[in-house]
Amino acid sequence: MPEVLKIKNLHQTFERGTVNENRVLRGIDLNLEAGDFVTIIGSNGAGKSTLLNSIAGTLPIQEGQIILNGNDITKLPVTKRAQNISRVFQDPKMGTAVRLTVEENLALAMKRGQRRGFRPGVKKQDRKFFKKQLAQLNLNLENRLETEIGLLSGGQRQAITLLMATLQRPDLILLDEHTAALDPQTSITVMQLTEKLISEQHLTAFMVTHNMEDAIRYGNRLIMLHQGRVAIDLAGEDKQNLTVPKLMELFQKHVGAGLEDDAILLA
Amino acid sequence: MAIGVYLTFRILDLADMTAEGSFPLGGAIATMCIIKGINPILATGAAFIGGLIAGLVTGILNTKLRIPSLLAGIITMTGLYSITSRVMQNAANVSLLGKDTVFTIAQNWGLSRNNAVIAMGLIIALLVIFLLVVFFKTEIGLAMRATGDNPQMSAANGIKTQGMKILGYMISNGCIALSGGLLSQNNGFADLNSGVGTLVIGLASIIIAEVLLRNLSIGGRLLTLVLGAIIYRLILALVFQMNVEPSDAKLASALVLVVCLTLPNFHLPHNLKGGKKDAGSTKN
Repeated sequence: MPEVLKIKNLHQTFERGTVNENRVLRGIDLNLEAGDFVTIIGSNGAGKSTLLNSIAGTLPIQEGQIILNGNDITKLPVTKRAQNISRVFQDPKMGTAVRLTVEENLALAMKRGQRRGFRPGVKKQDRKFFKKQLAQLNLNLENRLETEIGLLSGGQRQAITLLMATLQRPDLILLDEHTAALDPQTSITVMQLTEKLISEQHLTAFMVTHNMEDAIRYGNRLIMLHQGRVAIDLAGEDKQNLTVPKLMELFQKHVGAGLEDDAILLA
Repeated sequence: MAIGVYLTFRILDLADMTAEGSFPLGGAIATMCIIKGINPILATGAAFIGGLIAGLVTGILNTKLRIPSLLAGIITMTGLYSITSRVMQNAANVSLLGKDTVFTIAQNWGLSRNNAVIAMGLIIALLVIFLLVVFFKTEIGLAMRATGDNPQMSAANGIKTQGMKILGYMISNGCIALSGGLLSQNNGFADLNSGVGTLVIGLASIIIAEVLLRNLSIGGRLLTLVLGAIIYRLILALVFQMNVEPSDAKLASALVLVVCLTLPNFHLPHNLKGGKKDAGSTKN
């Protein structure tokens, strides 16, 4: 399998050199192969979001290296990385532009990372494509192309954000607790959609979650972060046979410290 | 002018003080060009270009040098005062008496003076609105609107948000300078101090327009701005009917703006401020 993402010895320290110095990432080494769907868990402060922000480019890299498809992207800004990396945020409001319509948002995502010119933003032939794409969400959005996104529910918006992230096939998709702000039923729908889109397009994905069950159920590889390091990294059969109690046990063995189930679930 | 203010205030979600400087600048450029014998339409175009440059300066101050938008606008506005003064060759006032203006061109079509102003004003306003609507539907236009709406999402989709902001500042100030150029031609003189209060007038027009008609397409919104500007003028005229001293005029218009800004909050508390979202991107 070709390697898509390679992270080498990544360190991130907040407020470096002050009394509040916080070493959030302490040397992360990871390799992702094409088609890997990695779920990431860890308690608050373990470094999940920092890791994601470092890959996306919203946080400048202090130490270490990130290589995507053989290209060193360590120093590239967010907008450059957007050519190859798409992202779904935790807050449904974050992933879409509220005052733009559904089709305008989709059109924006179609041009992710490409040059934008003076051609019409929403093209006629795109509209058909958008309709087809929206229809597969089963949310009756295919006839609301001209509705402002702000008028849709959180679940609908998150579904559209997912679609936007995959409209232009990314080399890597980052999902940052993207179901955490949704009600349980919508959360399931969005997760199923996530799995469908990822498997259909054979995407390489990083999914941060607070939900252990989800982390175990979805994806082919599970990583647990603890205090800025990779504590557990399971793939293949080991991952398939995993249960929540087994994961807890593993974690205790690796870290050597006691861990309450709630500490992760409720953190 | 309201349209120009609208661009930064609503589309980019910034209050741009440059308006107060680019408005008289536009007036000065148009006036001086006409005096030099340049065609009034070209002179008005020159005013627009002057505004573009003023916007470019504020845009660069705001994005590249990371000066907060309000301050960046004030800085440019202050600097522009001297530049406008230079353009007017250090006079506080330059008369256009007896010169051709865009309005006299319309008068040559056989219209009366008042009708000429209305006709020319409408033609230019509609032209500007038409161009803007077309622009906002292009790929770049969409990207600009998204930038004002959700900068983080825009960046994640590969939009260069800084460039979009600069472009927004430019177009916005271009429109404001254009209106400054038109007003000086209508008044028959350019005035160094005509910029004071422009931002207030622009904002008032926007708010009135939004209170009257909401949830419109972008073209509709720009059109209602013209209406808003006219209504604001009418309200002011009404206030002046009540024997307000000329020196109190600014106070009166400020009060009208306060009323316009607060009234809608009683009916629709969520709508007008557009919800400042806290990005919280460094959480872990």
